[in-house]
Amino acid sequence: MESKPRFLSILDLVSLTLLLVASGLVFFYAPMEAVMGQVQRVFYFHVAAGWVGMLGFLVAAVAGIFYLRTNDHKWDVVGLSSVEIGMVFAFINIVTGSIWARPIWNTWWTWDPRLTTATVMELIYAAYLMLRSGIEDPDRRARFGAVYAILGFVSVPMTFFSARLFRTIHPVVIGTGDPSAQGTFNMTPKMLQTFLFGLLTFSFIYADLLWHRVRLGKLNDKIEQKKLEAIS
Amino acid sequence: MLLMQQGPAETTSYMIAGYAVIFGVMLIYLVSLYIRRRNLQQDMQVLEDLDQKDN
Repeated sequence: MESKPRFLSILDLVSLTLLLVASGLVFFYAPMEAVMGQVQRVFYFHVAAGWVGMLGFLVAAVAGIFYLRTNDHKWDVVGLSSVEIGMVFAFINIVTGSIWARPIWNTWWTWDPRLTTATVMELIYAAYLMLRSGIEDPDRRARFGAVYAILGFVSVPMTFFSARLFRTIHPVVIGTGDPSAQGTFNMTPKMLQTFLFGLLTFSFIYADLLWHRVRLGKLNDKIEQKKLEAIS
Repeated sequence: MLLMQQGPAETTSYMIAGYAVIFGVMLIYLVSLYIRRRNLQQDMQVLEDLDQKDN
């Protein structure tokens, strides 16, 4: 059986260490926001989770392009793995956003452009998994998956720009958003450092999880291959 | 609502709920990866044993 690469063990350790340090910065280094209070601390990992969600879908679209160009199944495994991780983090982003919204917007949920596009994005990728599970032939499944991941990626810039282009109550971190947004705050240097460190940490966690998930996918393919050989 | 108050709002419970979701979901995903890998390794072992019996 294939042993775990040494560099993956190092990446595990680095990711865990970064997560512990990032958590320390969130709870003990970043100052408490003057109006919203403690709930504002959700912001650091809420945005970082959203970033990893979008990064996951971007990598899946790129893997889809590579698969269609090369017909190499490893890109299908990368695409599927990346979508799965992207969905986990996009889910964290949506749920933590809802928790943050309750005391600030006085509601758990509102059909605001950003919240709506983020939910549609998540559902589009849930449909990607459902589509794949409905196709038996591995080549056909990979080809459909690749095309779907490329087309589905349209939902990512739509989500990112929704808070910048439409009238929304969702605040914007990078760039300028709607002046009537609720929950906006001025980032102090310590808040900015914590925020950027959170983004870095979650990027490492994404890379680490992707590697693990790709190894899992390759093992699954190997078993499928062995089963087919046993039958024939 | 928050603009009319004096000092920061008391929102600690929401922060705890938020981080419980973040760490909880990440942990569930890690456990799912571990379980899936363990199951696949068991399948692989069975297939390798069958291979050896055939040869």
